[in-house]
Amino acid sequence: MSVQIQSLTRHAPNASRKMLDDVSLTIEDGAFVALVGPSGAGKTTLLRTIAGLDGPYEGTVLVDGRTLAGRPMRERRIGFVFQNYALFRHMTVARNIAFGLDVLPRRERPDRRAIAGRVAELLELIQLPMLGDAYPDQLSGGQRQRVALARALATKPGLLLLDEPFGALDPIVRRQIRRWLRGLHDQLGLTTVLVTHDHDEALEVADRLVVMQNGRIVQDAPAEMLDTAPATPFVMEFLGEALAFQGRVVQGSFLPDDANVLRFPVAATDGPATAYLRPHEIRLVAEGSGQATVFGGWLGAMRRLEVALGKRTVEILVLPEQIHHAGIEGVSLDITRARLFRDGALLVWKGG
Amino acid sequence: MGGPSRGGNAVLVAGTYLTVLAVLVLPVLLVMVEALRAGLGAAWRSLLDPDALSAIRLTLEVTLVAVIVNAFGGVMAAWLVTKYRFRGRAALVALIELPISVSPVIAGLVWLLLFGRQGWWGDWLDRHHIQIAFATPGILLATLFVTFPYVARTLMPLMEQQGREAEEAAFLLGAGFWRTLWRVTLPDARWALLSGILLTTARAIGEFGAVSVVSGHIPGLTETMPLHIETLYNGYQTVAAFAMAALLALIAMATVLLRSFLEHDFRKASS
Amino acid sequence: MVFCLRRRDGLPGLSISIAFTLVWIGLIVVLPLTALVLRPWQDGGAVMLRVLHDGRMYAALRVSFSCAALAALIDVPLGLLLAWALVRARLPGRRAVDALIDLPFALPTAVTGITLATLYGPTGWIGALLARAGIRVAYTPAGIVVALMFVGLPFIVRAVEPVLRGLPPELEEAGLLLGASPWQNFRRVILPPLLPPLVAGFSLAFARCIGEYGSVIFIAGNQPFHSEIAPLLIVVRLQEYDYEGATAIALILLLSALMCMTGVAALRRRVSRGLVARGAA
Repeated sequence: MSVQIQSLTRHAPNASRKMLDDVSLTIEDGAFVALVGPSGAGKTTLLRTIAGLDGPYEGTVLVDGRTLAGRPMRERRIGFVFQNYALFRHMTVARNIAFGLDVLPRRERPDRRAIAGRVAELLELIQLPMLGDAYPDQLSGGQRQRVALARALATKPGLLLLDEPFGALDPIVRRQIRRWLRGLHDQLGLTTVLVTHDHDEALEVADRLVVMQNGRIVQDAPAEMLDTAPATPFVMEFLGEALAFQGRVVQGSFLPDDANVLRFPVAATDGPATAYLRPHEIRLVAEGSGQATVFGGWLGAMRRLEVALGKRTVEILVLPEQIHHAGIEGVSLDITRARLFRDGALLVWKGG
Repeated sequence: MGGPSRGGNAVLVAGTYLTVLAVLVLPVLLVMVEALRAGLGAAWRSLLDPDALSAIRLTLEVTLVAVIVNAFGGVMAAWLVTKYRFRGRAALVALIELPISVSPVIAGLVWLLLFGRQGWWGDWLDRHHIQIAFATPGILLATLFVTFPYVARTLMPLMEQQGREAEEAAFLLGAGFWRTLWRVTLPDARWALLSGILLTTARAIGEFGAVSVVSGHIPGLTETMPLHIETLYNGYQTVAAFAMAALLALIAMATVLLRSFLEHDFRKASS
Repeated sequence: MVFCLRRRDGLPGLSISIAFTLVWIGLIVVLPLTALVLRPWQDGGAVMLRVLHDGRMYAALRVSFSCAALAALIDVPLGLLLAWALVRARLPGRRAVDALIDLPFALPTAVTGITLATLYGPTGWIGALLARAGIRVAYTPAGIVVALMFVGLPFIVRAVEPVLRGLPPELEEAGLLLGASPWQNFRRVILPPLLPPLVAGFSLAFARCIGEYGSVIFIAGNQPFHSEIAPLLIVVRLQEYDYEGATAIALILLLSALMCMTGVAALRRRVSRGLVARGAA
């Protein structure tokens, strides 16, 4: 199922603050989209609005080309998994999963045996075939998560909405479940929207990331594009540790303000700009008068270096052989791989 | 969603107001109206009647002692059952809460079985000319029984939540039991203690059934405020009865309002 | 009672607090209740047999129990409504409503008694209205129920409120998203977890109501065999110097209240282990 959102604006109850501010977004049939951003960015509000959960809003939200307003929930074919799972504690796992079928009007409701069959099928799918008679309180976090998913899938939704579904799980279970979820998405041909504040998780599981900040969409791009061409310094910083170098573009070259940082050629008009890059994208060069100190341990195969540039000190990550080649006395930084921003927008990036 | 739909909410709010008005507010309103039926002056004068004044004095004396005894006992018991783990702890808690579910009439009767003329020690007391039943000591004992659990009950959940790290730290720093209790535990639990004391006070002032059984109803001597209300009401002195009732109703209103503020405070403090 | 410490407790004050607590409980609660339990057997079985052959006593017990049960039952939906409004509704004046709910608990029973008797009396604000419709409340068992309703209401609200507060709103949203109608949602998603606190609240209100005295006697009419409650009969027996008769009724009332409280305690233990939920599914 597809989702089209146009100029969606929502106000916080009893306040003029906008929880969503002129949001437009298209999600194609079969896509796996992650909504990412810091807490308070409006991700969950957007997800709940797509589900038709919250009250009035301005703008249009179309699911498969139709508005949801006035249509009964069971015709909407939307599955929703809550952050706290919202399992019914007084029902067994099997009854939880069957709930969406049990509440169908008599005419449409499958018979007892068909419901039991569907439940068994779903228990198989979530790899918990023996736990149909258990109660939610007897399950582990990862198991509850999967039961919540099975409950959402029981009525065969076309659109699956997940609100921070891995939030309460430990790291190992998280990794397992998100791979499994991705497999499920492909296998069932779902359209999936996932809310998360963990960019690594989003990058791993989704085809496309929608980065939100203060109720607005900052960038909407495939996972690999986000790192190479972040739309704003915020996106750059949200996706991982980033270093900033102030400077100016003069006649096709970026001139950093810091001492001991090398200029590099750019295709941009003259004016002030800020260069951003990841600590591991910086290279150490054996010239100039920068002072580097090795400190801390290893980060993967890389070492952490503190480099005194004159007025300030930056932390970078380099491979040990670079330290070997360049030494640590009298060094400069090569920041050729930086993305250049001016007035909060991307100016030049390494791919283009 | 955050709440019901607008229409649903309106129905809910209307139903709530209606219930609260009809069941809870109307009676209080009636007390005030009846008390002021002959004007504020008449109501005031009825409270200055010697029998009324004596009833107020007796009530205050009994309440003061009952609050002190039950607050002290309640603090001790709350400390015992929340700071230590021992066998019989659940039974002890059940015993502390028992008087809540005992009929007030029974709370009075039990003292007659001990100290009344036909009671276990009635003869002995008679011979030594000690009056307990149908006198102030009996009224006090009945009040003690009825208001027994409230301080302990409000303190226990809070002190349970406190754990015992602070007390252990105080002890390791050289503080003894009384100092630890007074300086560490109670300051932290002061709102709960105050709330419990308020409830104890309200119940002590207003106790009727238990006191009625052991009092003997001698106006000017063994009548508390609620008993005096009964005498006045049955004697068709409606204004005087409701004037005294209004006084008690005001105390009750102040109690619930204060307690609600206190609870709000410590709910906020604990979250 | 035997105190058996599980481990050596380093915290001081154990012996002091045990001593004061035992003296306090022993003198004020255990001693008088022992007298109540032992007294009826003191004068031999014949006296007890005579006492238990008392039709007026059974009538009074029947009035007390049936009125208490009816009042607590009516309080269940009212209490649920108030708890729901306190927790879920956008309720202007929530703090005032919250405080007022405890009023029956703090208002002296004698005040409640004369007020309700006046309010529902033949010339009272409500009583006059009802009289026009041909309904008499004051001085009938209906009056007893009205008084007990007032007394029992806070118990239901305060039992349901914390459980309701603990129910995440996502549960209802999950129900709606899965296609449940509002009624199905209430019936299948919300009510089952509220059932144990409703039963507990009912039992607490019932236990309190069977012993209630002051708020009832003014409005009840107090006719033997018709509108005489058991606690009043205790007082009557005492005035007749029939201590055995009074004690017998007191014991029956006490045991009934204790059974209610034990039931509530057992229910609480089962709920905390999640067993009630299983039974209700």
